Amino acid sequence: MNRRHFLALALLAAPGRASAQPNAHVSTTDPLVYSFTQGRTVRAGRVKLEMPRIAESGHSVAMTVRVDSPMTAAEHVRAVHLLAEKNPVRDMASFYLGPHSGRAEISSRVRLNGSQRVVAIAELSDGTFWSDALNIEVREAACTDGGG
Amino acid sequence: MGLVRIHLPEQARRGASVEARVLIQHPMETGFRRDAAGARVPRNAIHSFLCRYNGVEVFRATLSTGIAANPLLRFYLRAAESGKVEVWWLDDDDIEGSASAHLVVV
Repeated sequence: MNRRHFLALALLAAPGRASAQPNAHVSTTDPLVYSFTQGRTVRAGRVKLEMPRIAESGHSVAMTVRVDSPMTAAEHVRAVHLLAEKNPVRDMASFYLGPHSGRAEISSRVRLNGSQRVVAIAELSDGTFWSDALNIEVREAACTDGGG
Repeated sequence: MGLVRIHLPEQARRGASVEARVLIQHPMETGFRRDAAGARVPRNAIHSFLCRYNGVEVFRATLSTGIAANPLLRFYLRAAESGKVEVWWLDDDDIEGSASAHLVVV
């Protein structure tokens, strides 16, 4: 990453974070979302998805998701689902947690086949669903769609 | 089968949330890629991952080709007793891998 890109990232990061919540709308009739929620409402909030707003390469993009939860036996995160809206396989990963986790925070590196919205949906022990989403600009897509 | 690295802190205080970092050497083949001869490389990704701490499941993940090659997973577990942290995974070729590390709780 050169200095110009670093500056561009820094400038974009602030407004991007602010708009993350209004952007977090999730279609509950989407069959993939439905497979997790069984049609229950998904509300924006409690989940924080962190990824670079601009990724030079879609082959490996850092991702951290954390959920605001005390992670006790009575109140914890059961699962976090990660969806890429324009990948050939939209269902990127599901993480299953519990009170033994201590903290609801997971990091990994994902593949993105072009610029798109990435959505994180958390399922809590009280049966509620929460989400966050980010629009990621990918300069060079991961070659997941034929060709090279 | 590839290499795996588990990273845990040297020791942890009882009740503290401990960061575990697992790095597995695996191509996570998408099934869309072609080799030099133009033949399609069949899909082969780790689809299941599990972490047990002293025999108790503390973290589980289902993964897809949306996870980058040489998958890295960073997650937390709550330190209770000194003991074994084991990870296990399975890929599309039904090849499983496992590794373990020792966590010292003070």
